[in-house]
Amino acid sequence: MRIATVLTLVSLALLAIPLVAPAYYVTLMLPFMAYGVVLLGLNLLFGYTGLVSFGHALFIGIGAYTGAVLTSRFGVRQMELILPAAALAAAVVAAPVGALCVRYVKIYFGMLTLAFGMVFYTFLLKFYKLTGGDEGMRMLRPSLLGSEWAGLSKTAYLVGPYYYFSLAVLVLATLLMWRIVRSPFGLCLKTIRENQVKAESLGVSVPLYRWYAFMVSAVYAAVGGALLATPTGNVDPTLAYWTHSGNIVFMVLLGGFASFFGPLLGAFVFIFLQDTVMSVFPYWRLTFGAVLAFMVIFAPGGLMGLFARPRPVEVSRG
Amino acid sequence: MILEARDVRKLYGAYVALDGVSLSVREGEFVSIIGPNGAGKSTLINLLTGMLAPSGGSVRFKGKDIGGIGMVALTRLGMARSFQLVQIFPELTVLESLQAAVISRLGGGARIFASLAGDGRIRADALDVATLFNLADKAHVLTRELPQGDKKLLDVASAFALRPEIILLDEPTSGVSTADKHAVMEILVGAAKRIGLRAIIQVEHDMDIVFGYSDRIIALHQGKVLADATPAQIEADAQVMDMVVGRRHTPRLADPSPPLGERAG
Repeated sequence: MRIATVLTLVSLALLAIPLVAPAYYVTLMLPFMAYGVVLLGLNLLFGYTGLVSFGHALFIGIGAYTGAVLTSRFGVRQMELILPAAALAAAVVAAPVGALCVRYVKIYFGMLTLAFGMVFYTFLLKFYKLTGGDEGMRMLRPSLLGSEWAGLSKTAYLVGPYYYFSLAVLVLATLLMWRIVRSPFGLCLKTIRENQVKAESLGVSVPLYRWYAFMVSAVYAAVGGALLATPTGNVDPTLAYWTHSGNIVFMVLLGGFASFFGPLLGAFVFIFLQDTVMSVFPYWRLTFGAVLAFMVIFAPGGLMGLFARPRPVEVSRG
Repeated sequence: MILEARDVRKLYGAYVALDGVSLSVREGEFVSIIGPNGAGKSTLINLLTGMLAPSGGSVRFKGKDIGGIGMVALTRLGMARSFQLVQIFPELTVLESLQAAVISRLGGGARIFASLAGDGRIRADALDVATLFNLADKAHVLTRELPQGDKKLLDVASAFALRPEIILLDEPTSGVSTADKHAVMEILVGAAKRIGLRAIIQVEHDMDIVFGYSDRIIALHQGKVLADATPAQIEADAQVMDMVVGRRHTPRLADPSPPLGERAG
């Protein structure tokens, strides 16, 4: 029941934030919620299947560019269309990329995802006509629930309707992922993480399940990427750069990959820590490097690991 | 004839691991494969479970050539295996480990939005197997926290949960204390009867177990079948006893120790 209590309090806080917090902090919540969606998907691969992707910014990029291209080039402004389109675009790219990557494990899987991420980054940079090159492309204000919210200033739009829309997407994505990790499919992924040889001897087709997990995580990353594009405003290739992939892996480690909610906590702490550090100290990467080293050595279970035994949340009691 | 190897050869470069091995397993049999280290037992297991393809000859399961088809395909055909070095899912519970096998058997692993907790059939089926192996009261224990004997049982139990027609046990009592070996075998044989296994093949070093439970013993030596006969015939063959068993063996009558579930702790 403790988890239920915490979740209720967190939900109430999330609903109340735009009403009580300064607009600046509310706008910081937008990338948190977008990354939250990304990380739920990334952790299906990382925490549940045991595969660390260093190229997931590729799919964030696909989601963000889908939004930018649709709003800037094709006049499609409905967020309700942009999100499924982002998911579809990611699935189309992830199908062949995943099929190649899931044959490998550990560092080889990581390196291969990194390589595909770099290929996509270069594509964004060089195919100027389609992508706008290094200048990127603008993500125009999307309509939400059929309304353009034309009467609202940019900030009012972001801290009002867009905040609640993002929250709704995050909640939906969380509920869906909660279900996925507790499905027969989720259990099969865990057997692969725990012991590949044994999983195969029980008839679990390891590459196929890894591929499914890769697809789901790519779709999540693209939906998160499309959500991220609006507060970002201008979508450029750095979104798909490998340091961005590194950041999201760091968020997962920071929060704790062994726990369902760990990555969400990681995203939250990352965003606000980054903001705080950058306002007082120009070398925030130095700070983050130190934090990462500290976490890996002293708290490998991440922040969630400090509160609880490893893997308490995902252990199903039938 | 359920499983049949015909004139199987396996070469690793110039090294001949198996040199013309033929064997067959018939309905209802418990067959043991024995032999000293380097006799080719591991290679033979890998060939019989489709993990390797033979360099020559063929391996057939229910009439189908299974050379190199892999474990996943083989479980679909109805063969399961356990491992010499115990293979478990450390961070999953006993129940979850068995549920994974049941899901695999029922073919619902891709049901991505279905509720596992809400699926009574998977749960009931997994609990049935847990009960057969005296693991029901430990259903919610993480497998890494189980005593070694129970880990070994769970490894075998999850293979049984696939409800295979034939099972291949790679040293089912290795790592189990001498006092528990017979109890493990009793549970195993009992479970085999309950789920209607058509045959059991085991590779085993413990000669008490081999002579106590086998219908037939196949002795390997330097990549060849040295003997393929009943325990009584093997015992009467001084040459085989010397070369493969490594000593004059006087089998004791099976003296089952109490079942694992009745032990303290």
